[in-house]
Amino acid sequence: MSVLGGVTAKVVKYELSDVVRSRWLVGYALFFLLATEALLRFGGGGTKALLSLMNVVLLLVPLVSAVFGTMYLYNAREFTELLLAQPVRRDQLYAGLYLGLALPLAAGFAAGIAAPFLVHGVDDPRQWRLLAALVLTGVALTCVFVAMAFVIAIRSEDRVRGLGAAVGVWLLFSLLYDGIVLLAVLLLADYPLERPLLALMLANPVDLARVLLLMQFDVSALMGYTGAVFERFFGGAGGIAVAAAALAAWVAAPVVLGLRAFRDRDF
Amino acid sequence: MIEIDGLVKRYGTQRVLDGVDLRVRRGRVTAIVGPNGAGKTTLIKMILGLARPGGGRIVVDGEVLDGGVDYRARIGYMPQIARFPENLSGGELLALLQDLRGSEGPVDEELIDRFALAPQLDKPLRTLSGGTRQKVNAVMAFLFRPDLLILDEPTAGLDPVASSVLKDKILAERAAGRTFVLTSHIMSELEELADDVVFLLDGKVRFAGPLGDLKRTTRQVNLERAIAQMMTQEAA
Repeated sequence: MSVLGGVTAKVVKYELSDVVRSRWLVGYALFFLLATEALLRFGGGGTKALLSLMNVVLLLVPLVSAVFGTMYLYNAREFTELLLAQPVRRDQLYAGLYLGLALPLAAGFAAGIAAPFLVHGVDDPRQWRLLAALVLTGVALTCVFVAMAFVIAIRSEDRVRGLGAAVGVWLLFSLLYDGIVLLAVLLLADYPLERPLLALMLANPVDLARVLLLMQFDVSALMGYTGAVFERFFGGAGGIAVAAAALAAWVAAPVVLGLRAFRDRDF
Repeated sequence: MIEIDGLVKRYGTQRVLDGVDLRVRRGRVTAIVGPNGAGKTTLIKMILGLARPGGGRIVVDGEVLDGGVDYRARIGYMPQIARFPENLSGGELLALLQDLRGSEGPVDEELIDRFALAPQLDKPLRTLSGGTRQKVNAVMAFLFRPDLLILDEPTAGLDPVASSVLKDKILAERAAGRTFVLTSHIMSELEELADDVVFLLDGKVRFAGPLGDLKRTTRQVNLERAIAQMMTQEAA
């Protein structure tokens, strides 16, 4: 175990210093910093700013994590081969590569959002909890979509198709999914749909994140169809726990899938 | 040093390696030659464990390859394409490898001096020229004084001075008892370096043996003509 930790930590350390110096990551953190600052100054109060930020986070974090992640992995192809030629195990290397990419992305996002709040303070102490929920959810989404980037980049040799798949995954989960669900609801309006709908919502990490956050904000009107059903079914704390657990499963599943692909792949 | 028996590798329906038997003898330089797509790089990657055999067996230094990783501590590898994380410096890359290997004892930095590479090692790798990156690549292969060095097109992209430095280094390390496996398309270079030649065509070994034997069999005076002769014979 200590050996595993050793190799992984070393890979993380160096990959981190590479990613942190990337202009893309700096731009990503700056964007959140400026957006948060602007919303705080001109958006009329911390809660409103957080609510607007939520939509930005739900849209942008999955997109950047998936696309930047896939791009980075394709560029690191030869580097990965070089590391694989060293006396290291593949699972250790995978853990290192994954964390080395997910950590700086998550940190850049979290720092960009949190810094303006820390500087300006909040006008209602409850907003600290909302901010924490927003940051944690964003970090979870980063982990989910970086793992998906790994699955894509490991499975597809062709980088153009890989990038297309990354954008496709984002489109599906962020935009198309709710539309498809709504369409299904309209078509099947005569049937009891609550349970299948719940299942559908648990099957989309972005939906999950949205419901999780909106339940904190206490504004179920904005939840969309799946969210409204979800709140009626679970309500308060139990619902939050279920959604959080499902989101955790969403982090684990692609990470494991990526590991298996990485272990079996010919480089 | 390396024994390979009946090695098979398929990608889809294509047989990249089709029953390769091969011996690499200790303390010698074995050159793998063959046209593009003959399976040279695939063979090298399988020795390194980057790709898995579809059949057959590879033994490196008495150890059968079965997914273990420790044998790679005795191998230095110089990949064909020198592309590294662009925001790291060469020095950081070397430090990473040193960290990963947890190697004790002094490393072999002779090539850094001979290439006069030290001033370049602080700069981000993205700002270095292809040739300079290839020098970093060469340094990495020799760094840990490995018993076995696998060099994939080692002099590609190097200027004549650097290329000579590298060849001198290879010969010096061979004299010190190290084993080399290398590929190249530059026949004069192989003639200078190689003791044994393995000629690979369409995933099969068509010739394996000392360089002199190859010339004798084909009745040619130099390697380029000998290889060309074999390729045309195969085609006929």
